[in-house]
This record gives sequence, C-alpha cells and structure tokens, in this order.
Amino acid sequence: MNRLTVIGVVIVVVLVLVALFAPWIATYDVGATDLTMRYLPPSAAHWFGTDSTGRDIFSRVVFGARISLQVGLIVVTVSAVIGTLLGALAGYYGGWVDRFVSGYVFNVFLAFPGLLLAIAMVAFLGAGLNKLILALCIIGWVGYARLIRGQVLKVREYDFVQAARALGASDTRILLVHILPNAIQPLIVQASLGMAGAVLSEASLSFLGLGVPPPAPSWGVMIEEARDLSTLQAAPHALIFPGIAIALTVLAFNFIGDGLREYLDPRQRAR
Amino acid sequence: MLLCAGVRIFGILRRLVILLFVVWTVVSLVTLLIELVPGDPAVAVLGEQATPEQFAQFREKHGLDRPPFFFSFPRDDNGERHFAWHGADNRYLDYWRLLLKGDMGLSFRNDRPVKDLILERYPATIELAIAAMLIAILIAIPLGVIAGTNRGTIVDNIASVVALLGISLPSFVIGPMLVYIFAVKLGWVAPSGRFDWSDIILPSFTLGAALSAILTRMVRSSVIEELGEDYVRTARAKGLSERKVVYKHVLKNGLIPVVTILGLQLGVLLAGAIITEKIFGWPGLGLLLVEDGIGKRDYRVVQGCVLVISMTYIIANLLTDMVYRWLDPRIRVG
Repeated sequence: MNRLTVIGVVIVVVLVLVALFAPWIATYDVGATDLTMRYLPPSAAHWFGTDSTGRDIFSRVVFGARISLQVGLIVVTVSAVIGTLLGALAGYYGGWVDRFVSGYVFNVFLAFPGLLLAIAMVAFLGAGLNKLILALCIIGWVGYARLIRGQVLKVREYDFVQAARALGASDTRILLVHILPNAIQPLIVQASLGMAGAVLSEASLSFLGLGVPPPAPSWGVMIEEARDLSTLQAAPHALIFPGIAIALTVLAFNFIGDGLREYLDPRQRAR
Repeated sequence: MLLCAGVRIFGILRRLVILLFVVWTVVSLVTLLIELVPGDPAVAVLGEQATPEQFAQFREKHGLDRPPFFFSFPRDDNGERHFAWHGADNRYLDYWRLLLKGDMGLSFRNDRPVKDLILERYPATIELAIAAMLIAILIAIPLGVIAGTNRGTIVDNIASVVALLGISLPSFVIGPMLVYIFAVKLGWVAPSGRFDWSDIILPSFTLGAALSAILTRMVRSSVIEELGEDYVRTARAKGLSERKVVYKHVLKNGLIPVVTILGLQLGVLLAGAIITEKIFGWPGLGLLLVEDGIGKRDYRVVQGCVLVISMTYIIANLLTDMVYRWLDPRIRVG
C-alpha cells in the first residue's frame, strides 16, 4: 500500500479514537464561555487557544470530530444501502425498470448541482442534525446507485451467473450471493470518498447555518463564528484549527479511497 | 444515410422527452417544497403576534389560501383527516401557470416580484462563476504542464501538494484566510462587497481554488499520458523544439478531457458560489438565497432561487452535452 494511503489510515484511526474518547480527551467543557479569556493564543492551558467567547478551541475541535464522523458514517451507510438496492434492481432487471430508474430518477436528483437540493430541503424543513442527515442521504444515494448498476450490468453476463440461473437459483439468491459480492469493491472506494464528501457537506451546511445549529461545536459552525473581521484579526487560530481538522479529515478519506482504488485495480494486481 | 439521420434525430428526440420529464419533475418538486414547512408559512413570516386579518391578507396575496394540490387530506372539524378533491383549482397549477408567464410570485418579506430580485442578482453570480473558471484554467494549465513535463521532480511534488490543498481545504476556510492575508493584513483589497473591479479577485480565487486543483491534476496526468504517445516521439525525431512539442501537440490532445470536466464542474461552481457569496457578501443569487430567502424565511424567494439555479445547471449540462456530441464524432450515433 502506498505511503499516502497509510497516512490516511493513521489520520482516520486517530480521528475515530478522538471522537470515541472525546469526553476524556477534551480539556474543557465545550460550551463553557469565559469572557475574560477571549481570543487567547495557543498555550499550555489552552492548546488551541480560545475563541470569541472564551471557549476552549481544542475541546470544541475534539467534539466536532464526533459530529463529523457521526454524520459521515450515517449518511454513507444509508446512502450506500439505498443506492445499492435501487442500482442493483435497475441493473439486474433492465428493461423499463432500468430506463425508469437510471434514465429518469437518477437525472431528477442529478439535476440539482452540489448541495443545492440539500440546502433547499433544510431551508424548508428547518435546520437540525437529523434533517441535515436526511438531506445528505437524499442527495447521496444516486452515486452509489449508478456505480452498483454499472457493476451489476457487467457481472450479470458472467458465466457463473448464467450457470446459477440455469441451475434454477432465484433472482434474490443470484443477486445476493453471486453478483453483489463481485460488485462491492468499487463500492468501498466510493464509500471512502463519500465519507470525505459527507464531512465536507456537513461542514458547509453548518457554515451556512443550515446544519447543526450553534452553539454545537461543528467545525463548520466554528469557522463561521471565527470569520468575522474582528475575530479574524484578534484570533486567526479560531479559524485555522477547525479548518485544518476539516482538511485533514477530507484528505485522509481521499487518500484511503485513492489507495483502495489503486489496490483493487486488476491491472496492478501482482497476485 | 437517411436511416442514419433518422436514428440520430430519434435519439435526440428521446433525450429531449426525458429532459422535459426531468424538468417538469424538478419544477414540481421545488413548487411542492413549501408544503414541507413545519407550521404555517404565514406565521413564520408575520410572527405569532399578527392578527387573523393580517394572516388572511398575507395568505390571499401569496395564494396560500388555495388548496395545495389536486387532492389533499385536510382535517375536518372533528380533527380527523379525510380525502378532498380540488380539481384544477390548486396552488400547484397556479404556480405553473404563473411560471410559464415568467412570474415567480412575490417575496414574502417585501412584496417585490421574485423575478426582479433574481434578475438583479443573477449577473453577479454568473460573473463570479466565469471569473472562477478563468482563474482555474489560468492556474491549472501552466501548473499541470510544468508538473507533467517534470514528472517526479520537486516541482511536480510541490504542484501536487498545492493541488491537494486546493481540494481538501474547503472554500469557507480558504476564503477567510485570503481575506485575512490580503484585506486585513496587507490591505490590498476590500474584504467584501462588489463595488470596485478588484473586489472580484478574492472571491473568484476562493471559488476557483478547488476547480483549479482538480484541473491541475487532470492536465498533469493528461500531459504525462500524451508524452508517452508515438506521435510525440515522431515530433521530437523530426527535430521540433521541446516547447513546440508540448504546446502545439501534447496540449491540444491533452485538453480534451479537461474540457469534458469543465462543463460538468459548472454545476459545482454554481453550488459553491452560494458559500463564496456568503463569505464575501457578493450580491449574487447565492446570497439572495441564503440571507434574504432562508435567513428571513422568505420561502418564495428560496423557491425562485433554487429553480433558477437548477434550470441554469440543466441548460448548461445540455449545452455541454451537445458540444461534445458535435466535437466527438464517435459519440454521435444514438
């Protein structure tokens, strides 16, 4: 495995540990404001310094990891499951089912650029963690569906599938036991990249005020609170640390995804 | 020959029909989004203290007192839901009728036609998107060529690191950082707004950063791939200078996948503009959507913005698709 992938794995492991053990790792209460201690630079007492209301940035970044990973995990899992179901159905049965799903349904969801549909949904439904996750799942499933559909289309023509069908295996069995296991590898790559995307999306929506509402320590919220000119001048570190956290997380999952893709590429298999 | 033309036209027609269906669904979805609002939009806008007359007036002005759809399940006096048929007399058809006339309703907050608000802001967003694309191209092509032609060297590694940063640092981190350096510390440009010609520099850099990173990587791998081709060996054997080899031959072929990606990335730019506009107070559609629409619970404005942005995206994709099919004869059939 190449170096970057290893770095990615290390970062993700650290992230997961930090998120799991946040209450023990954080040095202060996440919401503890102290207006006498505003804008403190990084020090022994406050490893990342304090923000505009005196809250410890390190503790907030630590708990922010929880939010990001939580959202990422749920969104990727739900999107992958729904996407796999619909993509497999479309790819396996073909015909009008496929034309309807891939020609029409996919394109409806893909007609909204980037986060627009998620923004629209949260705009009308209201902000909040659950609605954010729902919105991200709704825009997320299509990528997995297209991928699985392509894979299923390919694999269903293989000899062993034809053999299974000739032997009388039911459609469900063929799909579950024969086709999907072979289609799963690109799915894992997509899931890794999907984690990066979900973390970025959560931060973006929270930045816009459409995700987890303040005073929750979402990294996106922290950046939004830190970017006004007076805070930026007094305490740029309030912006930098959550920014680095996001960047490292996104990078790590991208590295893992790229590394997995290389590893699973049949052209590069030495075995 | 005629059969060929017939097949092509049939293919185009089929795609057009699907497109129309998609557009109809998208518009319907956006129209019906207002039904998602928990509670009463009138209360959300006017506040709980308003009088029943004010609520009634508001609802009537914005067509909210009409039935939502062809049928619905209102509660009757006993609090139970029953089925009610409304026929053609509903908000959904109203919205379509107005839309086909170009009317997107009135803003809930200031009663101005949403269409006017959007027309005022639209040019600023397009300006930003185009500037971002230009900057991305201006950065990516030289950087990608240099990295690709000097593969494995320090220059290549630096370029790769810069590209990685561009992809992983979100625009709402890059933007404020640029503001801090160039507006606050150096004072070279204003931190926000759209007044002076120089005000577009930071926003377009911010919006274009991620795209330039992606493009750089693409140009780089494209250049590397093309350099391995036979015609490059031939050109070199002919005695062409290395510079001519790269710029006249390699680049032309290497840019095809880049053009591919550009068309697709326009949508990401449009969506990204929403965040960039918020960062820099850039008075475009994104700011209208976030501050005036969502921020003030002005659902009509939100509907209008979402509609216009997605329609722009759909049309841009359609045009890009048509251009490829015209450019690449291999895709032309079907």
